[in-house]
Amino acid sequence: MSGLDTLRETMRRDRVFDFVARREPISSERLDTRHGPILYLESVTVSFDGFKALNDLTLYIDDGELRCIIGPNGAGKTTMMDVITGKTRPDEGTVFFGQNIDLTRLPEPEIAQAGIGRKFQKPTIFEQLSVFENLELAMATDKRVWPSLVMRLSSEQRDRIEEVLNTVGLHALIYERAGKLSHGQKQWLEIGMLLMQNPRLLLVDEPVAGMTHQEVEHTAELLTSLAGKHSVVVVEHDMEFVRSIARTVTVLHEGHVLAEGDMDEVQNDPKVVEVYLGS
Amino acid sequence: MASRGLLLSVLEHDRGGKIFLGILVASLVVVPILNLAVPESSPFHLSTFTVTLLGKYLSFALLAMALDLVWGYCGILSLGHAAFFALGGYAMGMYLMRQIGDRGVYGHPELPDFMVFLNWQELPWYWYGFDQFWFAFLMMMFVPGLLAFIFGWLAFRSRVTGVYLSIITQALTYALMLAFFRNEMGFGGNNGLTDFKDILGFNLQEDSTRVGLFIATALALAMGYLACRFIVRSKAGRVIVAVRDAEDRARFLGYKVESYKLWVFTFSAMLAGLAGALYVPQVGIINPGEFSPLNSIELVVWVAIGGRGTLYGAVVGALLVNYAKTFFTGALPEVWLFALGGLFVVVTLFLPRGLVGLFSKVRSKASVEGAT
Repeated sequence: MSGLDTLRETMRRDRVFDFVARREPISSERLDTRHGPILYLESVTVSFDGFKALNDLTLYIDDGELRCIIGPNGAGKTTMMDVITGKTRPDEGTVFFGQNIDLTRLPEPEIAQAGIGRKFQKPTIFEQLSVFENLELAMATDKRVWPSLVMRLSSEQRDRIEEVLNTVGLHALIYERAGKLSHGQKQWLEIGMLLMQNPRLLLVDEPVAGMTHQEVEHTAELLTSLAGKHSVVVVEHDMEFVRSIARTVTVLHEGHVLAEGDMDEVQNDPKVVEVYLGS
Repeated sequence: MASRGLLLSVLEHDRGGKIFLGILVASLVVVPILNLAVPESSPFHLSTFTVTLLGKYLSFALLAMALDLVWGYCGILSLGHAAFFALGGYAMGMYLMRQIGDRGVYGHPELPDFMVFLNWQELPWYWYGFDQFWFAFLMMMFVPGLLAFIFGWLAFRSRVTGVYLSIITQALTYALMLAFFRNEMGFGGNNGLTDFKDILGFNLQEDSTRVGLFIATALALAMGYLACRFIVRSKAGRVIVAVRDAEDRARFLGYKVESYKLWVFTFSAMLAGLAGALYVPQVGIINPGEFSPLNSIELVVWVAIGGRGTLYGAVVGALLVNYAKTFFTGALPEVWLFALGGLFVVVTLFLPRGLVGLFSKVRSKASVEGAT
């Protein structure tokens, strides 16, 4: 491009440059999902020392959908979550939240505030704090240092915490130290913490690992009740659990989508059978 | 009235803190009386030497509390906190040097003795302003704070954590020690700053000045405790604990973990600087030895022995270990380092929550037995 063209491009009056536009604080209200999908991953590639953890992955999640993602170990499920939440940056490809928020450019806390909540594979909560305090910290408020120093809980915020406690079924343990909870309760607390963020999209990594049968059922109910109001992406190994909650299942293999459809379609897909059972 | 309410809310559910502040306030009254009002012949008389020693312990206690805030609550094991202490001390030392005026050995009206000795003709620019106490006072907190801010900004932004961070804080204090040893730095080199005459117009050798310094130190410790308590009781304090226990979780909840760490680290460094500034007029000297990496490690031992994450535990640790040090280095000098090392091993193995943790454990056991 010649100098003149660059100048013309710069002087164009119908566009606003990023650095001129006042940067609005990112929030879920700004999210634009008019075209249906809430999450767009297009031709995403991530490689670690030559190994392609994600290889030209393209995936769309619809607003309000409950999607399960399955795949053998090393298929790239966790890496995909890392890319969406900003922990890992893709080498190629685009990741958009709604149509207007480019996730590859935002740091992790801003992605969280934009409305993406993530549950880790291993339950990760604040063990030394009480159940109530865990939820309080997760609440969608001003999270900068100075406002936090003087913040007091309003009664609406307290009600909101109690509401979430009821949703995840931990109300009886409200002042218990979180470290004392059972494994399953910790998983629910973490899901509760995600809900406190008022996220539009929940990424849930292996929610039922290590749970008893009853706990699994409870979790399945919880997650299906969340879909609709939120979009939920569940990564899980437990096929029975996936069958019980999933409408659409995506199978990942070697960093790209192998098959997509409802559970029966996917299970009868010869490619999927080959990957899972070996040839 | 509002400040009273704030004070009460800060100390809510803080039994240990109330006891600690109670003892501190009592000593504020008792120590001056025993020193100034009780005649020297009386067995209850407290010598000025002891008062100064207590003042020194209290400045160490403030330093230990500053470390406890970053280590016990935020999980940042700083092995260079004595550097901030020493910087605060140097700022105070510079003020005290300027107060000497023409009473130095060489009688130069402006230059401190060591500069005359080095044949310097004029005061270096960074010594300007230190003849004013308000300026020196600001620098006692500003310089350590600024260093902590720059260091923390670089380290936390690059997500240096755990043992790596500890090692570079050691390197930081070591580098500062080497720098301050150099005569060209203009801080008195090897000998440091000493031979102080007076502070705010009061003669440093007077008993009443010594008592005044003790009172100032005790008040600073009390204020420091309330400030730290205010922080750890706020929501920001819970975020700090959250960062310690699960940094990634806090980040994915939308907290800028780096800002919180940086803020706590800087505040703690300023507190450490204040402690150093109170230490120097009481011991009468500041030299590069204060930057020695060993000092920072000893400081960590105080906090570990007293008990992390309670603030007053750090105070208990600092007082006990320093008293033991005074006692042992007087009575059995060759045993002291072994005793310190042994104490650290015992505490690490058997008392993960320090003496304060042991105490509360015994008490809760007793109350359980009392209930049945």
